[in-house]
Amino acid sequence: MAYSEKVIDHYNNPRNVGTLNKDSKFVGTGLVGAPECGDVMRLQIEVGADNVITDAKFKTFGCGSAIASSSLATEWLKGKTIDEALTIDNMDIVEELALPPVKIHCSVLAEDAIKSAINDYRVKNGLEAIVLEKSHH
Amino acid sequence: MKQPIYLDNNATTPLDPRVLEAMLPYFTEKFGNAASRNHAFGWVAEEGVDYAREQVAKLIGCTEKEIIFTSGATEADNLGIKGVFEMYKEKGNHIITAVTEHKAVLDTCKHLEKNGARVTYLGVKEDGLVDLAELEAAMTPETILVSIMYGNNEIGVIQPVKEIAAIAHKFGALFMTDATQAVGKIPVDVIADGIDLMAFTAHKMYGPKGVGALYVRRKNPRVKVTSQMDGGGHERGMRSGTLNVPGIVGLGKACELCRLEMASESIRLSGLRDKLESTLSQMEESYVNGNTQHRLPHVANISFKYVEGEGLMMAMSDLAVSSGSACTSASLEPSYVLKSLGLSDDLAHSSIRYGLGRFTTEEEIDQAIAVTQKAVNHLRELSPLWEMFKEGIDLSKIEWAEH
Repeated sequence: MAYSEKVIDHYNNPRNVGTLNKDSKFVGTGLVGAPECGDVMRLQIEVGADNVITDAKFKTFGCGSAIASSSLATEWLKGKTIDEALTIDNMDIVEELALPPVKIHCSVLAEDAIKSAINDYRVKNGLEAIVLEKSHH
Repeated sequence: MKQPIYLDNNATTPLDPRVLEAMLPYFTEKFGNAASRNHAFGWVAEEGVDYAREQVAKLIGCTEKEIIFTSGATEADNLGIKGVFEMYKEKGNHIITAVTEHKAVLDTCKHLEKNGARVTYLGVKEDGLVDLAELEAAMTPETILVSIMYGNNEIGVIQPVKEIAAIAHKFGALFMTDATQAVGKIPVDVIADGIDLMAFTAHKMYGPKGVGALYVRRKNPRVKVTSQMDGGGHERGMRSGTLNVPGIVGLGKACELCRLEMASESIRLSGLRDKLESTLSQMEESYVNGNTQHRLPHVANISFKYVEGEGLMMAMSDLAVSSGSACTSASLEPSYVLKSLGLSDDLAHSSIRYGLGRFTTEEEIDQAIAVTQKAVNHLRELSPLWEMFKEGIDLSKIEWAEH
């Protein structure tokens, strides 16, 4: 499959690979996907004052598009407030990376990982989990 | 060294320059229609075809009259299976095959199921071999055909064809084999193996694409197939259509080269394959798939746990290999062949097939080893599963969010 230059760039130079302390109450962790489906994405956010995301890290088991989608997601998350982060839509990722239709799944995974990380942070801090809208499958 | 390195010879092989040389005159000055019996242009073309038929027959130990030229192995599989079913359905409607067959066989069998055939799809043991006792138990008086491949395209496992043929014959059924990956790579003798029909193709043995053959036994027993194409009655009425003369000449030459060079080539290739495989399987959590005793000399299929095959192929863009992961398809289903060995989905998603060939050099294998090691290590650093594994977390105990 021919990938866009942006996918290849994120794949070759993944941004923000790593692990944040999942036990910290300032850190939210989202782990989505399943090994038997061929992709697992772990996205973490660190939240500072005024609900601003100060850091984001990822690790992904999956194809090039899954790795690129999660790398891009960490870039977009940094500097956004949690509320802003919730507006990231998987189709924005599809567009930015020019993902082919069979790879839309990877962007859905990234959107779900973002939401799952935010919910983890919210629950840890005594807030209610947000009921998530169904993303574009 | 040329980049990328081609290690996907199970998909197709490059044309041997000696084959091309044999073919070239048949495009231009020897362009006649082999069916034109009334002038020299036709005779010359026919001579080329006759010679090729001898070359092909010699490789597999049959007579010239038992070779039916087709457009490739897929057509040969179709002609063999559908042709036998239509010819012998009065005798019975039962066909036996295996779940690890190529789609050219499986889809043909599925098609026949809609037309009244009953098909048994045998499972395989975890090394990829069919269970002979299971085969024997599946045989019935209605069984007309057993179709089991010779060497597997994904894992290279060689089936015990001689024993399978004996079981088929004991019950009065015919034995067919899709020998696409085996012919030209290992000695295949249709008499010694008891093969009644056999499909193979030129482009897996350094010949051109678009030409293959079906061997149809003429004696003990005389096998007949109903033609699948109507027309001028070419190929003894079994496969109509003007012969692809340059292609057939190429197939013939490819067969001759394989016959002469197979012995030394397979020693060289299995040596390179073993080097590749033993080095890569020393990496932590990597596994060789399929039986390592009964298999083709040029194929290695290895799973690297905690990295995904397609992502891995992307990290190895300097290598042309193939993955058992189907992340590129809409279904996202991993290889059905690997799954039938009992591999878990995640291991099946993590596999790479290396297909070596006549033009593969030791330098290329060394490079392939280095590229693979680097890519696997890099992707494992990126893999949450690898991190969890290293922390001693039991991944099977995690409730994964299904997608």
